[in-house]
Amino acid sequence: MRSLIDSKHSKESSNNQEMNNAAKNVGLGGVGRSKKHESADKHVSGEALYIDDRPSLRGQLHAAVGQSTIAHGIIKSLDLSAVKAAEGVVAVITVDNVPGHTDIGPVFPGDPVLALGRVDYVGQPIFAVAATSHDLARRAVKLAKVEYEELEAVLSVKEALAKQSFVRPPFTMKRGDSAAAIAQAEHQLSGEISVGGQEHFYLEGQVSTAEPTEDGGMTIFSSSQHPSEVQKLVAEVLDIPLNKVIVDTRRMGGGFGGKETQAAPWACIAALLSNETKQPVKFKLSRSDDMCMTGKRHPFENNYQVGFDSNGQIKGIKLEVNGNCGYSPDLSDAIVDRAMFHSDNAYFLDQATVTGNRCKLNTVSHTAYRGFGGPQGMMTIEMVMDDIARYLGKDPLEIRKINLYGKDDRNVTHYHQTVEHNKMAELISTLEASSDYQARRKNIKQFNRENTILKKGLALTPVKFGISFTVQHLNQAGALVHVYTDGTIHLNHGGTEMGQGLFTKVAQIVAEEFQVDVDTVGVSATRTDKVPNTSPTAASSGTDLNGKAAQAAAQTIKARLVKFACEQYNVKADVVSFKNNQVMVGSQTFSFAEFVQQAYMGRVSLSSTGFYKTPKIHFDRTTGKGRPFFYYSTGAAVSEVLIDTLTGEYKLLRTDILHDVGHSLNPAIDIGQIEGAFIQGMGWLTTEELVWNEQGRLLSNNPATYKIPAISDTPSDFRVDLVPDDPNREHTIYNSKAVGEPPFMLGISVWSALKDAIASVADYKFSPVLDTPATPERVLWAVESLQLKSMQASTQA
Amino acid sequence: MTTSAVRFLLNNDVVTIENIDPNLTVLQYLREERFKSGTKEGCSSGDCGACTVVVAELREDNQALNYKSINACISFVGSLHGKQLITVEHLKQGAKLHHVQQAMVDHHGSQCGFCTPGFVMSSFALHKQNSTPNRAEVLEALAGNLCRCTGYRSIIDAAMESSEDIEDDSFAQHYQQTVKQLQDFKTLPSAQLSNTQHHYFAPKSTAELAEKLLANPQATLVAGGTDLALSVTQNLATIESLVYLGDVVELHTIENNADEFIIGSAVPYSEFTPMLHDEYHELGEMIERIGSRQIRNNGTLGGNIGNASPIGDMPPALIALGADITLQRGDVERKIALEDFFVDYKKTVLKAAEFIKNIYIPKAKTGQVLKLYKISKRIDDDISAVLAAFFFEINDNVVTNVRIAFGGMAGIPMRAKQCETALLNKAFNRENISAAQQALTQDFQPMSDVRASDKYRMKVAQNLLQKCYLELQNKTIETRVVNYA
Repeated sequence: MRSLIDSKHSKESSNNQEMNNAAKNVGLGGVGRSKKHESADKHVSGEALYIDDRPSLRGQLHAAVGQSTIAHGIIKSLDLSAVKAAEGVVAVITVDNVPGHTDIGPVFPGDPVLALGRVDYVGQPIFAVAATSHDLARRAVKLAKVEYEELEAVLSVKEALAKQSFVRPPFTMKRGDSAAAIAQAEHQLSGEISVGGQEHFYLEGQVSTAEPTEDGGMTIFSSSQHPSEVQKLVAEVLDIPLNKVIVDTRRMGGGFGGKETQAAPWACIAALLSNETKQPVKFKLSRSDDMCMTGKRHPFENNYQVGFDSNGQIKGIKLEVNGNCGYSPDLSDAIVDRAMFHSDNAYFLDQATVTGNRCKLNTVSHTAYRGFGGPQGMMTIEMVMDDIARYLGKDPLEIRKINLYGKDDRNVTHYHQTVEHNKMAELISTLEASSDYQARRKNIKQFNRENTILKKGLALTPVKFGISFTVQHLNQAGALVHVYTDGTIHLNHGGTEMGQGLFTKVAQIVAEEFQVDVDTVGVSATRTDKVPNTSPTAASSGTDLNGKAAQAAAQTIKARLVKFACEQYNVKADVVSFKNNQVMVGSQTFSFAEFVQQAYMGRVSLSSTGFYKTPKIHFDRTTGKGRPFFYYSTGAAVSEVLIDTLTGEYKLLRTDILHDVGHSLNPAIDIGQIEGAFIQGMGWLTTEELVWNEQGRLLSNNPATYKIPAISDTPSDFRVDLVPDDPNREHTIYNSKAVGEPPFMLGISVWSALKDAIASVADYKFSPVLDTPATPERVLWAVESLQLKSMQASTQA
Repeated sequence: MTTSAVRFLLNNDVVTIENIDPNLTVLQYLREERFKSGTKEGCSSGDCGACTVVVAELREDNQALNYKSINACISFVGSLHGKQLITVEHLKQGAKLHHVQQAMVDHHGSQCGFCTPGFVMSSFALHKQNSTPNRAEVLEALAGNLCRCTGYRSIIDAAMESSEDIEDDSFAQHYQQTVKQLQDFKTLPSAQLSNTQHHYFAPKSTAELAEKLLANPQATLVAGGTDLALSVTQNLATIESLVYLGDVVELHTIENNADEFIIGSAVPYSEFTPMLHDEYHELGEMIERIGSRQIRNNGTLGGNIGNASPIGDMPPALIALGADITLQRGDVERKIALEDFFVDYKKTVLKAAEFIKNIYIPKAKTGQVLKLYKISKRIDDDISAVLAAFFFEINDNVVTNVRIAFGGMAGIPMRAKQCETALLNKAFNRENISAAQQALTQDFQPMSDVRASDKYRMKVAQNLLQKCYLELQNKTIETRVVNYA
């Protein structure tokens, strides 16, 4: 295994990217360098505080909720007397105790904070308890007596489609006449795939504390990707103005989308209980409660009809994506939209019709998860590539290449955005060569001829992912920068730190502006009273938005310092410069701290906000046309797997990745994001299986039954490279590109490689159907099914 | 009988605890009683490793220390008696990070940081036992720690980074002092802990244990606690009376005789595995996939047998080997075949006040071979959908002795008698294997659950017999993905 960041030689890394940056005189601040995570030392020593680690406040209580045990029904009676009498219980509330709004739906209504006489999924909170300990609260809620009148529950996408049970109306994107194009094409194929959901499994579960303030307000500490939304919803349930609620998020122990909207309910319930008792309340979900009560990545059931020529080039396609949204809209409108936007992945679909349905089921409301529907959309078109390849007897890579978007033609998406600055073909050729794809392809065919039980598979899949919130108004950010008289800098912005390294990157940006050591910049908890009205840290946009906002704030202060220098020393601005922790004014040199003190004495404001909004983007949902994305992030992966045709077990042997992050702000962090996203994407498609029973109860509700990748699942040969020296052509922060979500979809290469290995049992003549997650069981059935097909074909022949 | 409070070293400080609920886990104790929040709660079920702490205890020679990673979330606080507990807070000295911490920083091995203290502690325990681990050893030591952010590459690189600093860290500097203190603890009488409602007792001899159980047959036996503790942390049960087996000297013995191993029921996996690995390679390999290192440092053979789970991995393997066990009640001891121990789902022949004493595992005679297959969704730390154990003695291509047992195929770990009949005293050939595969449908009607469907279980059971046959026919054939290099 190669390590790209060799700490032995230099803690600051010495890869190509950095040397490029060094050559370009990127300065002291550290942009372009592999600075360690701002909390790294605290992480390893256990000193980093998460919400559950905060010292208890005097009188602090602990919350738990009583949950629905059925998937759909009317609550006929609710007897909480035993709950109230239970040891340690201080308060019990139902929706009747909510002073303000009872609905906490983040975009559309539909999410009651506590059940409104009806339950819509197993696990839905019906009432809440505050008790003197976490365990006593959990024990107490089990004592409720609830009588239901059961209603029919919708528990499959097929059922929801048949009943037209939707959380939001269907939507179609169209370019040209797909039906005619398919009919006129030389070849036609159709198929369907079931794509499983995914539990976030952030290591730190959902948690919030609420502390009442002297003016009837509330201070909330929440493990949330969206503190401003928590603030708004807490204010609304308590029926108090927004300026009485402060939400503080220093860091999350992982988010991945699961704490975008679904951190809020627990904060709201803690706030309601705190309001009821006038005592601080902590609400920490146990792991199994977290897994049962919070939404997941949407499972999808997708299908396609495609027409293509004998080279395998698509002439027309009809795609339908059907998202299982659960019982309420939550973010599903935008998530299914993104599944539709990314139904092309990196391929020109020519005449295309893409329809998305938002199916309403009696399960927990599914929510944001890294990729936000994009991965589920891409799965279908990647299946199409494999299916066409097997049909024509070609290598799937050949089919993928021939269908890529062109540079000057064949470059308009089905939502009518022109794909610009497209270097996917070059990226794929580079990776094809560096990964030795063709030679390995040959070796694998040989291996498969020689081995009866074990078979190998190889696949290269690309990713093209649109960057921007598709809801336009969210593409804005604010920041707040203070410079103190000792020359230290305080940085705050609207983005939240969930491990992705956002705080580190933004600190590097600010340090770069002032040309000071990055250690000079102190990062601080995201707080709604410092930077207001923030967007969620989501859509991979954290650094793009907040980095620019912080840069703007720093530049404002810097401009004031330059102006002060000009006035004070009677010089022109062009002889004032910031370098190496110093300020040069003409021939004089001051330390940054000294100069800041002079500015303070000269009554210069050393604090500024900064603001940014993404340019160029627009999308008209009524016509399905526009430019929803500022730019695209791209990458590709080659994975090689080994399968056991007797058991379906498999192992990932090697993965090569080439990913484009533009001008990397921090190569170590970017590579960490790519590796982590890839493994998470692989887990989604392989071992991570969500199982609900026929009553709508989640059976895979703990880590003993739900298996995220563990350490041996990481391939022993794992090669990750950044596309060298390729700045983003759009004016993003230091011409970098977003990295949070795009590499997640590189995991699709593992699924495609598994199918390649399976296809070998029938001499690559058929395309296996492999729903996901591709557990060993599904792999074995796919092998058997192909063996049977092969046998039938040879009998007929 | 004389007893003492629970006494242990928290880093270098002697701690005595009494009047505390013995249902309390080490994690709760650290976070809620000692306000040490570096050790994290990720799952409270021993599956994620965020709560990993290290326990140092005296080796058999009473002179040297073993450093063991364990899951604080499913270890009862009483089990600390006589040991040294090391948490992540103890590693950093002043401003200087411990070498395993610094390596994690240098390799960018933390992202959100929540799993990090657990990884640091697992890596610390590994380096204390083996300062220059190879990749395989690192994977084995860290398989019980989940990270959702990094994809593990950086963590593996960090854990593989060796340093001579480990020879001179604060634990090395205090080594003799720690040894002396733990030796002193050995002289303490049996430990007990009580908060008036709930009681914990840790006898030091089988006599003391037998007497205690006769007096209180309702008491719950706990060894590693890796399964029992889940009833407390997940199902919110409260155990009234816990009797801890970890201090019973006779249950902690291993005998390596000419023709058999005798393993005390309270010996943790990690202590007897190397010995079994030498005799039955596939058994050793399989054990390394049972739970995680943390689990195997606490979990015991007696526990895996005693809890009578249909999906425990050791019983089918041991049944195939023809293992026996001894049970003791009062001063009466009886020896039975392990396969006769299991009666029905979670039901055994164990009488009230009786306990498992020893496990007798025969060594292989010439011509005998054990083949084992553990089928699960994930390679590391996953409960088996099917565990297949085949024990064959083949002479002149005729099966002269065969025992086949499965886990996950029935309500108890069970022999496949019809399948065996189809093979015994017959030629070891494809035709008879095929008949034996068919016979499995008479032996078992497996069920569908979250891990696998009934059809998959049956199909895999049949296919594994085929694979076993192929492997025995052709020793060079590549048939396993797990160990594929």
